[in-house]
Amino acid sequence: MIETIIFYVFAVSTVITATAVVTVRNPVHAALFLVLTFFTSAIIWLSLEAEFLAISLVLVYVGAVMVLFIFVVMMLDINVARMREGFVRYLPLGLLVAAIMLGLMLSVVTSEVFVLDLASEPAPKPADYSNTKALGGVLYTEYVFAFEIAAVILLVAIIAAISLTMRKRSQTKYQNPSEQMKVRKADRLRIVKMPTEEK
Amino acid sequence: MMMTLTLSHYLILAAVLFSISIAGIVINRKNIIILLMSIELMLLSVNLNFIAFSHYLNDLAGQVFVFFILTVAAAEAAIGLAILVVLFRNKRSINVEDIKELKW
Repeated sequence: MIETIIFYVFAVSTVITATAVVTVRNPVHAALFLVLTFFTSAIIWLSLEAEFLAISLVLVYVGAVMVLFIFVVMMLDINVARMREGFVRYLPLGLLVAAIMLGLMLSVVTSEVFVLDLASEPAPKPADYSNTKALGGVLYTEYVFAFEIAAVILLVAIIAAISLTMRKRSQTKYQNPSEQMKVRKADRLRIVKMPTEEK
Repeated sequence: MMMTLTLSHYLILAAVLFSISIAGIVINRKNIIILLMSIELMLLSVNLNFIAFSHYLNDLAGQVFVFFILTVAAAEAAIGLAILVVLFRNKRSINVEDIKELKW
């Protein structure tokens, strides 16, 4: 009973905040609403006994990805008025596409053949069951190869993000230590011989 | 029927979230930042499906998949935002209308 109430409260708030993400005018507000959506989804994941993933959703998404989003949104000079043009014009089309999509998915999800035998709630896990331990147990044995590929993907993402945004500025002055060390007296000092001036 | 939670509840919630993000992609087609956020929402709804199935089928494989999706989504967001920063540096704008060099 209490689970049902929790589910409905957080499902409704997830849907409301997700709608706010795609409709608010200011991109910073949209990012903050997306943070709220992730929080409410994390609570729904908690009620599905996926504790590790709920916490990592908050840590990875809210703590890293959304902070990055807000950083970029605030760093760029965005013309909100120009961004919004076409919003009203495409609104009917967007609602139509979403309604068709939703209708198709609901017709599959609520059909008899699809969920009938899965619909019963499984027995709750015992109190000493650790979701993190169980997840680690399969992640490092059965899925260890995929886990390593995930690590490589993160490495590639780091290198790509750094190499994309790094640039040499032509105006700024910076030191080149190896050039400084290699310099010899002959490179810098020029002795000009000239006769002494007569009084 | 309404008061006991079934798998369908979670699947319907995920379907609603997915549709909202589809609508977001269509109506915010000028704003590349909101487009990226809609993609994140879409991945979130897919993850919700995976976790619901993992719970009701009592199989941890679904949660492992969510773990990998989170990894890939984080990488995608980082590279996407890096591209956005480079784009803004070169064109002084991130409006989708201004990116038309490849459009014939």
